[in-house]
Amino acid sequence: MVSQVMGWIDERFPLTKVWREHLAEYYAPKNFNFWYYFGSLALLVLVMQIITGIFLTMNYKPDARFAFASVEYIMRDVDFGWLIRYMHSTGASMFFVVVYLHMMRGILYGSYRKPRELLWILGMAIYLCLMGEAFFGYLLPWGQMSYWGAQVIVSLVDAISPEVALWIRGDYVISDATLNRFFAFHVIALPLILLVLVFLHIIALHQVGSNNPDGIEIKDHKDPVSHIPLDGIPFHPYYTVKDIVGVSGYFIAYFGIIFFLPEMGGYFLEENNFIPADPLKTPPHISPLWYFTPFYAILRAIPQKQLGIAAMGLSVLIFFLLPWLDRGVVKSVRYRGTLYKSALAAFVLAFLVLGYLGTQEPTIWYVNPIARVCTGIYFGFFLLMPIYSRLDKTKPVPERVTS
Amino acid sequence: MNHFKAWNHVLIQGVLALFLGLSCATVQAEDEVKLDKAPVDTSNLPSLQRGAQHFMNYCMNCHSAHLARFDLLEQLGLSEKQVKQNLILTDAKVADYMSVVLKAKDAQKWFGVPPPDLTVEARVRGADWLYTYLRSFYRDDQRPSGWNNRVFPNVAMPHVLWALQGQQMLQGQGGKAVLVLTQKGSLSPQEYDRFVGDLVNFLVFMSEPTRSARLHLGLWVMGFLLILFLVARALKREFWKDIH
Repeated sequence: MVSQVMGWIDERFPLTKVWREHLAEYYAPKNFNFWYYFGSLALLVLVMQIITGIFLTMNYKPDARFAFASVEYIMRDVDFGWLIRYMHSTGASMFFVVVYLHMMRGILYGSYRKPRELLWILGMAIYLCLMGEAFFGYLLPWGQMSYWGAQVIVSLVDAISPEVALWIRGDYVISDATLNRFFAFHVIALPLILLVLVFLHIIALHQVGSNNPDGIEIKDHKDPVSHIPLDGIPFHPYYTVKDIVGVSGYFIAYFGIIFFLPEMGGYFLEENNFIPADPLKTPPHISPLWYFTPFYAILRAIPQKQLGIAAMGLSVLIFFLLPWLDRGVVKSVRYRGTLYKSALAAFVLAFLVLGYLGTQEPTIWYVNPIARVCTGIYFGFFLLMPIYSRLDKTKPVPERVTS
Repeated sequence: MNHFKAWNHVLIQGVLALFLGLSCATVQAEDEVKLDKAPVDTSNLPSLQRGAQHFMNYCMNCHSAHLARFDLLEQLGLSEKQVKQNLILTDAKVADYMSVVLKAKDAQKWFGVPPPDLTVEARVRGADWLYTYLRSFYRDDQRPSGWNNRVFPNVAMPHVLWALQGQQMLQGQGGKAVLVLTQKGSLSPQEYDRFVGDLVNFLVFMSEPTRSARLHLGLWVMGFLLILFLVARALKREFWKDIH
């Protein structure tokens, strides 16, 4: 009966073929480690953000007069509204945690290198889209930080082209018109683009196959008869059961925050965002949410505004060039030399320090000087990469993956 | 290999440490006054009931809580009748939002600034700030209201609770200055601390009425997830037995 139904479907839609090619007979390297959880987790977070977002949309009012109160209505009068809202607000921050770790994995093991350049570019496009999604979504609660955060970001556009800034806001200040269009971007435009990009990212991944912690191609050593990679195992069931472990672990952290630390000490939900937006009252200290602070610190580190904006934009976009900046003979950090490892360590440290400095007030004497040094290291990591990655004394790469 | 692993480990730890460090670092308020720990326990219903009473009697003449309804108070173990008879001081209905008749325009004229809505004030300021603030008023003839505050210098609000606390004076200079009770109020200092503690506890409850439910449900969810994690790990090990 089941096989008859499957046969009926398969004549009309390649269901069994898709199942085989993307799950049951998609061969992934058997040596994935901890870092390899974050790709599937990112997909999970996306789905959860969409589902919780749909339920929030049922009760949220994209109107400057009612937006703030409607969020509190969700928190108080909607059944389990508080849980849905915390899942969405925590999910937003956790999305970035997961995506940053996913990107870090790509950098550690050279997953952006040939033949995975397009895969990396599609991933970066997802990241850009996610930044937009987070930015537009953050205006919706219509709190003081929502309002003034948006004001600061749009003022950057304003510094380059006042006409474009006016076009983005739909008004001379952030207003009801802005809220309405940001709502439209947040709930339909960007999610659609995001879904298409994620689909393309997965298709590109399955075309080239997954990289692994050794940075070698498992397709180079296939079984002569079956043509299955000797170091590959079917994604399903091996990685589906493994990812359930990852999901359970992630849920412990995610729901732990939701139930016990929903504001995360002001880093996931800021104190000032519990004050309704007031266009006449600028908060003394405006800072973006933590996931934007490294770039915000770079912006503030440059004394000239337009140059600062350019540096901030470049600091995000430069990741796109990674596949061509890296001239190392090996992909994985496991076989790189001290030179590359030191550069990477310095970059990670600079990124984290910039992230911290971005949350601090720029009037503190050490904030901008240290941010300038870190900005130098940040760009140095990328711009000098063609040199140091080639000079790097690498170790011999094994033929087959190591366990 | 080992060398790499150690390095990888350091990286993971670094990322986690930063993440946790960020989460633990609390945002510093603009003041340098050390805040006292507020006795918050949103499962302590008698404390919340007293706090609700104090709020209705002393705060809700000027401050609204217009994002919450009076029926919120029924969650404190009170019947609709008890809420109506004891806690609604106007002709408002139980399902009405807790608004005040004081107009923002008038308040602006009288105090220089309209009193903020207090529904979610505890999430803006934090319980410790509120607890310390309400106990830090002192006499200051330079101010239009005759009152000033150590936690919130030059605050527009007068010391509404002075008849209970009495009058404090600021003695000493700068960081070493201390508040001294110069005229007794109707409550002893311990009673006043408890009074403010109950009030702040209520403000915390009002800012997030589901807080207790959240903490309670969270334990069950964590228990479930822990079991799920162990089962999933056992399942994974079973499937992966033959891979090596």
